[in-house]
Amino acid sequence: MIKVKINGQEQSWDGDPDLPLLWFLRDEAGLTGTKYGCGQALCGACTVIVDKQAVRACITSVNDVAGREVTTIEGLHPTGDHPVQKAWRQVNVPQCGFCQAGQIMQAAALLMDNPKPSHDQIRESMSGNICRCGCYQRIENAVHLASTGV
Amino acid sequence: MNFIDNPGKLHSFEKRGFEKNIKVEKVSRRSILKGLGITGGFVLAAPVMSRQALAYETGAGKMPHGVVVDPRVFVSVGPDGIVTIVGHRSEMGTGVRTSLPLIVAEEMEADWSRVKVQQAHGDEVKFGNQDTDGSRSTRHYLIPMRQIGASARTMLEQAAAKRWGVPATEVKAVNHEVVHSASGRKLGFGELAADAAKESVPSIEGLKLKDPKNFRYLGKGQVGIVDLHDITTGKAHYGADVRLPGMKYAVIARPPVTGGKLVSFDPDAALKVPGVEKVLKVQGWPWPSKFQPLGGVAVIARNTGAAIKGRDALKLVWDDGPNGKYDSVAYRKELEEASRKPGLVLRKEGDADAALKGADKVIVGEYYVPHLAHVSMETPVAVADVKGDKAEIWAPVQSPGGTREDVAKTLGIPEGNVTVNVTLLGGGFGRKSKCDFALEAALLSKELGAPVKVQWTREDDIHNGFLHTVSVERIEAGLDKSGKVVAWRHRSVAPSIASTFAAGTVHQAPFEIGMGLVDMPFEIANISCENPEAAAFTRIGWFRSVSNIPRAFAVQSMVGEIAQATGRDQKETLLALIGSPRIVKPEVKDLWNYGEPQESYPIDTARLRKAVELVAEKGEWGRKVPKGHGLGIAVHRSFVSYIATIVEVAVDDKGKLTVPRVDTAIDCGTYVNPERIASQIEGAAIMGLSLAKYGEITFKDGKVQQKNFDDFQVVRMDESPVVTNVYIVPPGPDTPPSGVGEPGVPPFAPALINAIFAATGKRIRSLPIGKQLEA
Repeated sequence: MIKVKINGQEQSWDGDPDLPLLWFLRDEAGLTGTKYGCGQALCGACTVIVDKQAVRACITSVNDVAGREVTTIEGLHPTGDHPVQKAWRQVNVPQCGFCQAGQIMQAAALLMDNPKPSHDQIRESMSGNICRCGCYQRIENAVHLASTGV
Repeated sequence: MNFIDNPGKLHSFEKRGFEKNIKVEKVSRRSILKGLGITGGFVLAAPVMSRQALAYETGAGKMPHGVVVDPRVFVSVGPDGIVTIVGHRSEMGTGVRTSLPLIVAEEMEADWSRVKVQQAHGDEVKFGNQDTDGSRSTRHYLIPMRQIGASARTMLEQAAAKRWGVPATEVKAVNHEVVHSASGRKLGFGELAADAAKESVPSIEGLKLKDPKNFRYLGKGQVGIVDLHDITTGKAHYGADVRLPGMKYAVIARPPVTGGKLVSFDPDAALKVPGVEKVLKVQGWPWPSKFQPLGGVAVIARNTGAAIKGRDALKLVWDDGPNGKYDSVAYRKELEEASRKPGLVLRKEGDADAALKGADKVIVGEYYVPHLAHVSMETPVAVADVKGDKAEIWAPVQSPGGTREDVAKTLGIPEGNVTVNVTLLGGGFGRKSKCDFALEAALLSKELGAPVKVQWTREDDIHNGFLHTVSVERIEAGLDKSGKVVAWRHRSVAPSIASTFAAGTVHQAPFEIGMGLVDMPFEIANISCENPEAAAFTRIGWFRSVSNIPRAFAVQSMVGEIAQATGRDQKETLLALIGSPRIVKPEVKDLWNYGEPQESYPIDTARLRKAVELVAEKGEWGRKVPKGHGLGIAVHRSFVSYIATIVEVAVDDKGKLTVPRVDTAIDCGTYVNPERIASQIEGAAIMGLSLAKYGEITFKDGKVQQKNFDDFQVVRMDESPVVTNVYIVPPGPDTPPSGVGEPGVPPFAPALINAIFAATGKRIRSLPIGKQLEA
C-alpha cells in the first residue's frame, strides 16, 4: 500500500506501484486537471509540483512520490487565485487551454524558485512546456506579470 | 478544414445531405425549451435568411442542414434572469464558444455577466450545421446570431408592452431589462421570461437589428472567453476528462501501415499486466477507410496506464497490405518528376508555353512541403456508452452532426438513438473533424456492454493520423527585358484528401486546387495552372489552412525569387505582381471560393494590396536591421480573408535561426472579437514557424518514422517569435465577415524564407528548414 498526499489529502494505492502518477491522478483519484500530452516528459502537459519541484507526472511512478506531497492544478490555490492563475486570466492566455494546467504549474514552480525571473529566464524555464495553439507570447507576459504583482 | 463541395464524386459526403433547398423542420417545443416553459405545438426552425434582411449572402445555407434562425432553439431566459445561450459550434481554441453567444447577447441587450453558455449536443436538424471547420463560424453565423438575439429582444419587449398596456414601439430593452421611458417603468428579463415565451417569433424581414454604433461587445474585445476561469483552475472539461461510473479504459494497437490488417495476436502477456482486464479485436474498414476505424487490438483496463502497459506486451502480426512500400524519399522523386511534365490544365489564360519560350529570363522554383501531423495537445479520445440500440458519446469532435451520423451507421441503429455530447477540444486543427476515435469507442462499448474511454497515445496520433498532404509545387515565371513577369506556370502535385474517400483518386479536388493554385491573383498575361497525377498511400486529411500552406509557400517564395533576380524590393515586386485594384475572375471550372458566393466574397486585389500596405507601414518595412538579420514579406488570400506578414529573422554564424519580430495585417471583414483574432494570428505565426523549421512526417516501408515530440518537433517558447504584432484592417460598413482561424498560417513560412534569403543569401525551397542553414 502506497500512501501519498495530494493537495493536502492522504490517498492510498495498492495497485501496480509503477503506475505513472499521471494515470493515478486522472483515472484513479479523479483529478483530471493534469493532462496527458506525450507520456515521455517531452511536452509538460502533465506538470505537477512535488515538494516544491515541477515534475512530469507521466514519467513519475506512484511509488516515486510515496510519502511525498503532490500539488496539482486543482490544489494550487483554494479559489483559483494564485498570482499565476490571476495573471493568466488578465492576459487572456489560453486558446484551447489543454496545456495550460501544466504551464501554470511550471510557472508557479519557477516563481517559487526565482520570484523575479528575467524574460530570458522565463523563456528558458518554460520551454519544456509545449503549447500547440502557440500562446507563448502571452504565457511569457503572464509569468512576468505574476512576478511583478497582479 | 473545408468540407468538400463536390458531393457527386465522394459518396461519403452524400450522406451529409448537401440540401440545395431550404427545408422547414418541425421541432417539438418540448425538446427545445426549458427556461421558457412552453409545451406542445410546433415552431419554425428553418434556414430562412431572406435576401432583404442581408447586405450580403454567405454559403451557410448550402452547408448540410443549413442554418437555423430561431431564438427558441438558442436562447432561454430563466425566472432568475439568467440568460442561457447555446453555443452550437465546437470550441477548439478559437473562442467561438464565446463569440457566437456574445453576438446573441449583444443584439438582445443581455448583460454578459448574467449569460451562461450551454454547449449544444450534435443535432443538426435542431441547430443547423455544426461542422466547426473551414474558418467559417463567424462568417456564417454573424447575421443569424444577430437575428436570433434581435428576435429574443423583440419578444421580451412585446411581453413588457402587453403587461403595461402600451404600444411596443414605446418600450426598449436596455441592459437586461425592458424600459418604458415615458412612465419610467422597468421590468427585468427574468420577470418577463414566462410572458415572452408566449409571444410568437417575429419574422426575420421585420426585425430591427441594432445600429453598430450602439454595440457594447461586438468589435470591442474586452470580454474574456467563457472557459477562462475553468481552464486556469483545471476544471475545464475536455474529451479526455470524461468519467462515467463503471467506465473501462482502452488503448488500441492499430495497423502500423494504413490499410494493413491483423493476422494474429497473442494476448497472454498483456493479460498478466496488473489492471488489464480484457484484450479484444477491433473491427477495421478496408482502404480507403474514410472516417471509419483502422481496426486492431484493444487492451481494456481499469486505468489508462495499465492499458498502455498491456498494449506494449501484446504480440501482434500484421499484413501491411497495399501501402506497405510507401517511401517518402522515393515518393518525393515521383512528385518532382511529375511536376516537370505537363499535367491536367485547370486554368489557362493566354499562352504560357509560348510566353515562357519567348521570355528574356525564366525563373524556376520547385518547392517541397512534406506531410505534417496535427499533434493537438489533446490526442484523439472519446467515451461511449452503448446500451442496446442506444448510444451516448462524449467526445472532442469538430463534427458533432457527422459523428452522430457515423456512430448510427457504424452500430446500425437509428440516428435519433445517438446522443453526441461535445466536450471542449484540446486543439483540433482539422484532426478532430474525423470521428474514427469516437467510432472505436462505440464499437468497444457495444461489445463490452460498459462505458469505454478510448485514449490515443501521442505515438498513435502520429502513426495513425489523417496527415496533411505532401506536395511539390513547381513554378516557372517568365520575365521580359524590363523584368516584368509575362508568363506564369504553376504545377501542383499532391495526393488529395478525396483519396481517403474514393479509391483511385489521383487529382486534387476543387476545394484543394482553389486554395492558392487557380485563384492566384497576380496580373499576368499568360497563366497556366496544372495538376499532374498523384496517388495516395496513407490517410490524407484537412490540416489547418490545408493546401494553402504549400501554395502560399511556393507562390510567395517565387515573388521573393523574382525580386532577387531583378534586384528589386520584395514588397514593390509583390505589389507589381498583384497589379491594379480589381476583381479577379479566373476562368476555372468549379472555382472553389470556400463555399461562398463570388458576389459577396470576390477575389479583390484592392484588399490584397491594402493588407500589404498596412503591414508594410505598421511593420516598418525597409527598416534597418542588424547584421545577420533580414526582413521577408508575404501575402495570401485564404478562407476569403486577406493576410500579409512581415518576418524578421536573425541567423547566426552557426546557422541558428531566431525570430525577433513578426508583424501581421489581417483583413477579415466585419469582426466580432479583435482580442481573439490577435490570439489566433499570434498562434498562427508559431504554427507557421513550427512547420517551416521542423514539420516533417516521413514514411519507410509504409510506416511513419516519427513517434513523439522528440522527432516530430514543434516550436517551444525559447525559439518562438519574441513579439508578434497584429493589425486588423478596419472593415467597410457592409464588408462580410471572413475567416480567422486558418488564414494566419499560410503567409508565415514564405515570409520567413524570404527573410532568411535577405539575411543570408540562401534560398530555401524545401521544408522543413532543418539543418539547411548549418551547411
